[in-house]
Amino acid sequence: MRFRTKRALAITAVASLLFAACGGDDDTADAPAPADEPASTDASTDAPADEPAPAPAAELSGTLIGAGASSQAAAMQGWQAGFQAAAPGVTVEYDPIGSGGGRKQFLGGGSDFAGSDAALKDEEWESSKEVCAGDLGAINLPHYISPIAVPYNLPSLDGTTLNLSPEVIAGIFANEITNWSDAAIAADNPGVDLPDLAINPVHRADESGTTENFTDYMAQAAPDVWTYGAIEAWDADGPGGGEGAPQTSGVVAAVAAGEGSIGYADASQIGDLPAAAVGVAGSFVEFSPEAAGRIVDASERTGGRNDYDFAIEVNRTPDSADTYPIALVSYHIVCLEYADQETVDLVKAFMTYVSSDEGQAASSASAGSAPISPEVQAEIAESIAAISVAG
Amino acid sequence: MSSSTITRATVTRRGDRVFSGLSRGAGIAILVILASVATFLFVEGRAGIFGDTEEMSGSDSFLGYVGPLVFGTVFAAALALLFAAPLAVAVALYISHYAPRRLAQTLGYIIDLLAAIPSVVFGIWGITVLAPLLTDDIYPWLNANLDFIPFFSGTVSTSGRSMLTAGMVLAVMILPIVTAISREVFLQTPRLHEEASLALGATRWEMIRQAVIPYGRSGVISGAMLGLGRALGETMAVAIILSPSDGYFWSVLTNQNSNTIASNIALKFPEAYGLDVNRLIATGLVLFAITFVVNALARRIANAGFSGADG
Repeated sequence: MRFRTKRALAITAVASLLFAACGGDDDTADAPAPADEPASTDASTDAPADEPAPAPAAELSGTLIGAGASSQAAAMQGWQAGFQAAAPGVTVEYDPIGSGGGRKQFLGGGSDFAGSDAALKDEEWESSKEVCAGDLGAINLPHYISPIAVPYNLPSLDGTTLNLSPEVIAGIFANEITNWSDAAIAADNPGVDLPDLAINPVHRADESGTTENFTDYMAQAAPDVWTYGAIEAWDADGPGGGEGAPQTSGVVAAVAAGEGSIGYADASQIGDLPAAAVGVAGSFVEFSPEAAGRIVDASERTGGRNDYDFAIEVNRTPDSADTYPIALVSYHIVCLEYADQETVDLVKAFMTYVSSDEGQAASSASAGSAPISPEVQAEIAESIAAISVAG
Repeated sequence: MSSSTITRATVTRRGDRVFSGLSRGAGIAILVILASVATFLFVEGRAGIFGDTEEMSGSDSFLGYVGPLVFGTVFAAALALLFAAPLAVAVALYISHYAPRRLAQTLGYIIDLLAAIPSVVFGIWGITVLAPLLTDDIYPWLNANLDFIPFFSGTVSTSGRSMLTAGMVLAVMILPIVTAISREVFLQTPRLHEEASLALGATRWEMIRQAVIPYGRSGVISGAMLGLGRALGETMAVAIILSPSDGYFWSVLTNQNSNTIASNIALKFPEAYGLDVNRLIATGLVLFAITFVVNALARRIANAGFSGADG
């Protein structure tokens, strides 16, 4: 009898676990797009002038699927949480599979938007015209600005901030300046007692957008010293040497562990390590979120695609000394036209939230990003307003 | 004497058929899974080996790309085996022949617990605890005094994230496997052999040398091969600890180290796309081939050993 009771108990337990697992799925039923949507009667492919007013966010429901850059992963969590408060019926999913994978998934129709550290390349933009409804293609919106700091480990400096000009930074990471007491470093830091210590430059062992942005900065600001261009793989395409650490946390740990080390990492994650002041337009700028946010203002749009595309050619040598030049600009890539109104509403609501003050504050809190400036916000709002249903 | 042949009709009930079917199905399933993985590696990896190298980042030829990785993989695994095998044999001998029963059981249990620690944790422990420990005294000493040996030349890494550290952490990770198998093998030594040796006046150590080790040699080797197989494929610990560079590096103390295949895939895959992914899968195929060879070797040695153990 005892065996039978045990067996019955076991069957009950397994059955209850099964039912608990099977039930409780989120109701992600997508309401079919209403066929009699009052679309703009002017079915031209230019900016639709009389766009129906978007549904207030609180009434929206559905699922928005995105994928892409892992650099945005932490910020996306802040955006998801904040947007959930504004639109409780909407679920935003984001899969941080990397910029390349995100663009690929978007161009394959697997996601509604992509997060990417790089704007769409020309051939990618051409193929976006096929996956997006209509024929205007996709646009890039620079929603995430992450300043890249240059942390260093020199305990003997004890509080004095190191000034490094772009040529010196490039020389260090290209393995040409190998000792901290080098004359080039001393020239920018008068009065600072630099130790006679070997420099240990730390780079990312994995491919990352942070590396690409940092090397792009060096390529633009000191092209004679850093001759490798903007690269993602340090060993294969770059100077090699130095120490490689996996991911931002690895770089920070490596710099903290070795005296005389210097690296580059997302500014929000360097912890207590001191960060160098970077040479810009004749003076040295320490990083701050506001200073980093101005890099988008100082940059020009690449243009050539459509009027609403905000892909920028990041200007790493700005003219004014209030801009911190080393920043990672990460985009949200969305179609300009979608097939159904529901997706349009969701995308517009979410993108409006992300570019708004609340959204930027949320990502700043969760990922330490720099807020985009009000001028850029206004221009982005114009682009978002142009998202519509394909006529 | 005549003996009547008794024919017994074999009785197969439904339970027998079900069970035999299930176990055959399980065997077939395993083969199917292995075949599917191998097919995936071949199909996806082919484009990485023969595709247009202009589109891939890294070396222009596949051999140039995977060569340093194979070197790094084998080097790290060999280092791990070098540290782990003698230690494991010693611990196994201690557990099986020297320690009192209670202590032996506890020690065996603790060693097996090592196998339960995730490899990521080993990686974090390696860079947080082991690397600074080694960098403070041991690495500078090795570099200063044994510089003439190519392994210890070069500038010592300030953070200790070198091949030697990775090898040591890998050794700690494969220790439980080799110890467990060696322990089982040593416990299987025929009592008769041991007692005969002791009866002839051998000391405990001499008995072990004469009776236990010859008997257990092939088992220990197969256990070591199993550990080697694990060390060859270890991903996260190496990815966290090792500071990788492109090329063949013999020095074990510096920041420039050849990366291992598994760690390279772990680092590059998240941001790779296009033909780069195929190339990474092709390196996985190479690792698959290496592990296949190592395991086949282990089986051959193990099978040859046990059957001829009474010699």
